[in-house]
Amino acid sequence: MTGAEGNQGQPGIAGLLISHRGVFWGGLVLIAIILLAVFGPLITADPVAINPMNRLKPPGIEGLFGTDMLGRDVFSRVLNGARVSLTVGTAVALISVLVGLTLGLIAGYVRALDAVIMRVMDGLMSIPAILLAIAMISLAGATLTTVVVAIVIPEIPRVVRLVRSVVLTVREEPYVEAAIASGTRTLQIMVRHILPNTIAPLIVQATYICGSAMLLEAILGFLGAGIPPEIPSWGNIMSEGRTFFQLTPWIIFFPGLALALTVLAVNFVGDGLRDTLDPRIARTM
Amino acid sequence: MLRYVAFRILSTIPVMGVVALFVFVLLRLAPGDPAAVIAGDYATAEDVIRIREQLGLSDPLFIQFMRWLGDLLQGDLGTSIFSNKPVTLLISQRLEPTLLLTLTTIIFSVAVAVPLGTIAAYRAGSFIDRLVMLFSVGGFSIPVFVLGYMLIFTFSMSFDLLPVQGYRSPFSEGVLPFLRHIILPTATLGVIFIALISRMTRASVMEVLEEDYIRTARAKGQSEMRILVGHALRNAAVPIVTVIGIGIALLIGGVVVTESVYNIPGLGRLVLDAVLARDYPIIQGLMLFFSFVYIFINLIIDLCYTFLDPRIRY
Repeated sequence: MTGAEGNQGQPGIAGLLISHRGVFWGGLVLIAIILLAVFGPLITADPVAINPMNRLKPPGIEGLFGTDMLGRDVFSRVLNGARVSLTVGTAVALISVLVGLTLGLIAGYVRALDAVIMRVMDGLMSIPAILLAIAMISLAGATLTTVVVAIVIPEIPRVVRLVRSVVLTVREEPYVEAAIASGTRTLQIMVRHILPNTIAPLIVQATYICGSAMLLEAILGFLGAGIPPEIPSWGNIMSEGRTFFQLTPWIIFFPGLALALTVLAVNFVGDGLRDTLDPRIARTM
Repeated sequence: MLRYVAFRILSTIPVMGVVALFVFVLLRLAPGDPAAVIAGDYATAEDVIRIREQLGLSDPLFIQFMRWLGDLLQGDLGTSIFSNKPVTLLISQRLEPTLLLTLTTIIFSVAVAVPLGTIAAYRAGSFIDRLVMLFSVGGFSIPVFVLGYMLIFTFSMSFDLLPVQGYRSPFSEGVLPFLRHIILPTATLGVIFIALISRMTRASVMEVLEEDYIRTARAKGQSEMRILVGHALRNAAVPIVTVIGIGIALLIGGVVVTESVYNIPGLGRLVLDAVLARDYPIIQGLMLFFSFVYIFINLIIDLCYTFLDPRIRY
């Protein structure tokens, strides 16, 4: 599928990606945000230091994004919140792809389990993701781990469906039939023939999951069902900003802008990956 | 045809069963003893045991599930722990704002997204097309509540055109106040839905426009408008309607957030209040309610395919 690497004179997959405008700009913004998230909190003010004398200050020289109702520096809190968002986005994308890949391979290859797995996935898909996540978090208590798990579970069915559809298509291919006919073991067929075909669509899917996970994490935080307020996250900063919204709208706008920009960058990269890695899907979207 | 309808209706049963089982197990995993919660802080150990017996919580889990399922089939979603009212009653009291907000959003989104997607497909690669696609990516990237606050800031606070928050019932408080209050929530909730539908419309219309019968229609001199609406859009209807059905899940999630931003006393607020109060029967009931609505809508859409596209026969 991605056989361009070896051909001389033709740009490799990396070259194709960088020349894609969405990937280039999205990637650039994303790298900047990651650098800010990693190094920013080292030099800015303490994000949880309370300073009642300095509360609800508008953006200015002292605090780039102003201060919140407890006098905490919003700029520093937004930078720290970036760590939470990026961690949740990456963790959810990795875990849901790994779990979904395993279940999808089983469903696509083991006829007996196919119906069972797919009915469970159908059921899971009909429960609205936000409700499911809110319910799970309110039951298990809000920590970083429960938030990640609560976002992973509604994402799994989409990955399972994708992987299963790839498996079902590929297993009809002549080369797979030839492998079966020549007595290749099932495990080897999976690893050698089926798995490589799932990689490209899965990378694309993982990018989209990363974006939507960051959105869902922020929504949960905003609704008061996300990461506890001791750790600043974009969601809970905005949640706290609601009380004084009419007075100090920047407490919601800056984290909101950061979130929208990050998710937009991730989605641009996703679209670029889709166009480059998976031309079959790209044509229909 | 009838056999297919019967089959399709029956096939929702295992899915609903999975949802019910999942919701039941989730609730039983809750930390703490529901009997102790209901009994309150001043209850003696005997009180707690008595309530547990009354609720049947000491029976085996399987028996509890079957009994709960039996109640469910009779339309009983349980009783709220705190208000002691039936969950079905609480849902029916809060249904109106949510239902109307969802309806206005669907109408608004379809009215905007379908023409937008069609134009984008017709002028594929043009400036308008790229603008629509950019809007679509943006719609998927901006969180619902940030958009909501931006709209409130612009239209209610800066220009004082529309009310900031709240809900007015069109039945008891008049249609005009209702419309004034529902405009911003509809726009907020609609953006992601428009992004979804316009993207799908563009993709499917683009595909249809390459068909031979479009060329034939052009050759016999039909107007472009008729080609787009009568041929392209008609043949692209099935995937568009399908994505609207799938998007209902997105919409339900968005309703919870939008109602919270605009202070609308609907089902979304009921969920959040129940989460804060840890009123599990309400959370459980609403999860079931929303899931069944989603399954039902998609069932109806599935059954409509044959009317939308006579080529589909069962």
